[in-house]
Amino acid sequence: MLRFILQRLLTGIPTLLVLVALAFFLIRAAPGGPFDSERQLPPEIEANMRRAYHLDEPLPMQFARYLGGLARGDFGPSFQYRDFTVTELIGAGFPVSLRVGALAMLLAVLVGVSVGTFAALRQNRAADHAVMAAAMTGISIPNFVMAPLLVLVVAVGLGWLPAGGYGDGGWRHLLLPVVTLALPQIAYLARLTRASMIEVLRSAYIRTARAQGLPLRTIILHHALRPALLPVVSYLGPATAAVITGSVVIEQIFGLPGIGRFFVTGALNRDYTLVMGVVVFYGTLILVFNLLVDLIYGVLDPRIRHDA
Amino acid sequence: MSLVRQDEAPRSLWQDAGAALRQNRAATVAALVLALITLSVVVLPEVLPFGYEQTDWDHIATGPSLGTGHLLGTDALGRDLLVRTLWGGRVSLLVALVATAVSLLIGVTYGAVAGYAGGRIDQVMMRIVDILYALPFMFLVILLMVLFGRNLVLIFVAIGAINWLDMARIVRGQTLSLRNREFVEAARAGGVPAARIIRRHIVPNLLGVVVVYVTLTIPHVILVESFLSFLGLGVQEPMTSWGALVNEGAQELETSWWMIVFPSAFLAVTLFCCNFLGDGLRDALDPRDRSHR
Repeated sequence: MLRFILQRLLTGIPTLLVLVALAFFLIRAAPGGPFDSERQLPPEIEANMRRAYHLDEPLPMQFARYLGGLARGDFGPSFQYRDFTVTELIGAGFPVSLRVGALAMLLAVLVGVSVGTFAALRQNRAADHAVMAAAMTGISIPNFVMAPLLVLVVAVGLGWLPAGGYGDGGWRHLLLPVVTLALPQIAYLARLTRASMIEVLRSAYIRTARAQGLPLRTIILHHALRPALLPVVSYLGPATAAVITGSVVIEQIFGLPGIGRFFVTGALNRDYTLVMGVVVFYGTLILVFNLLVDLIYGVLDPRIRHDA
Repeated sequence: MSLVRQDEAPRSLWQDAGAALRQNRAATVAALVLALITLSVVVLPEVLPFGYEQTDWDHIATGPSLGTGHLLGTDALGRDLLVRTLWGGRVSLLVALVATAVSLLIGVTYGAVAGYAGGRIDQVMMRIVDILYALPFMFLVILLMVLFGRNLVLIFVAIGAINWLDMARIVRGQTLSLRNREFVEAARAGGVPAARIIRRHIVPNLLGVVVVYVTLTIPHVILVESFLSFLGLGVQEPMTSWGALVNEGAQELETSWWMIVFPSAFLAVTLFCCNFLGDGLRDALDPRDRSHR
């Protein structure tokens, strides 16, 4: 098991290298540059700036320089947010995104899995249809519609909660963004759980357990839930990595200082270092979470062995 | 000795599924509604007296009314909302179909092969998925947009080419636990070639999960497209999509309710029906459940 983890971590390094190279050359292939603006800079000044940021060097050289920085844990300076390094920007924004995202995922797993199991046990009955229709509503309403609606009703109309801002990071500021983020995830998880739970409940060993007269509670919790969670877990890994790195829509509407917006503004403004920084950061998280998924797979289904 | 029952003609998996589906009333209704929406999206814009970019200067941002001829009202530029919603439906449904088909085809093949092959092949194939996965979706789409210009076809391909990763991972996970099952071992012991085992024994058993995932992919793709439109990167004016219309409507939420209500309703009804149909298909395609005979 330990060997498996170490092996995966080691193979993760070349994976990450390929990813960095892919992202680096893709963003450089895009037309335009970080110093394009409405006001045309005098060519001498632009040449000076390009030199200061080493943008005048040949591309492979810049890539080597970037990798050297990465090896020292240095993401470089941001082009768009002058006076800030990318490390500082991510360090300031990630705790916010992590807090909001982790709470949303926690809520989504608790509600989604329970609701999905509940619906599976009542397959094709009124309660099943009602629950799944409600889950559908969660998927059907885009978060950029749900968010202003919630703000309009709960914050502006009823005045229960602040309309936006992160404040001190207390629950009053977090509740609306967390719920908005969690709703579609709840719906996805409920549907995935329901589908796989129905499959599992049909298998022979569940029938055996039923024939032995075990209480339904025991059958679900001890026999059915573990295998039924397999597809859920493979969805959860990357979904968690995506949610805890922030959502540009949620951050924009609720005025949260997270890192989700950097993925979009960084690419649009050709802020090479910033967008590379979040891409590398996100990529690392994805690799870690996928490793976790495979480990959990082994725990949930003993037939899948990692030492073979 | 024959193992096939002689008293009934052999039926394929799909014939069986079709029969089961017709018995599921919710799924049948959903399929009919989807067909109706598709039909009206295709036919009605050709019949209605307004174009999708035609401004009615006498009726700017007016509510739904029979008298003006604008059944669902007009938008802030005086364009007929019904016609625009139908045109938006053309784009949204096309995105959904093309992108989902792309993701389905690549994802199932890739995932089933990786999961069944196992070992080193599986590891390499999944590493490739990991690398592609680790590139943030928005970053890729934005890059593709600035690289190749804003092209509708490209949106379809980009969305589909990203979404097969999810499908591949889920299919591979299921295949991993299927490949050790007795019936697969029996087939292998009987000397059935790997490609045939995947096609005849693995894929049919994956259909339940895959169909449910497809019904998740279709709304997801429509939402991704609308999210791109929200960022101004998706469908460009005067062309529109359901997502773009919902987005425009959300900005006029307090003054012109119809601008968000009608496109949202079309979107929501379509998504609802996709899912009921998907559930019906899931039940119908399950090869173990022959109770409907």
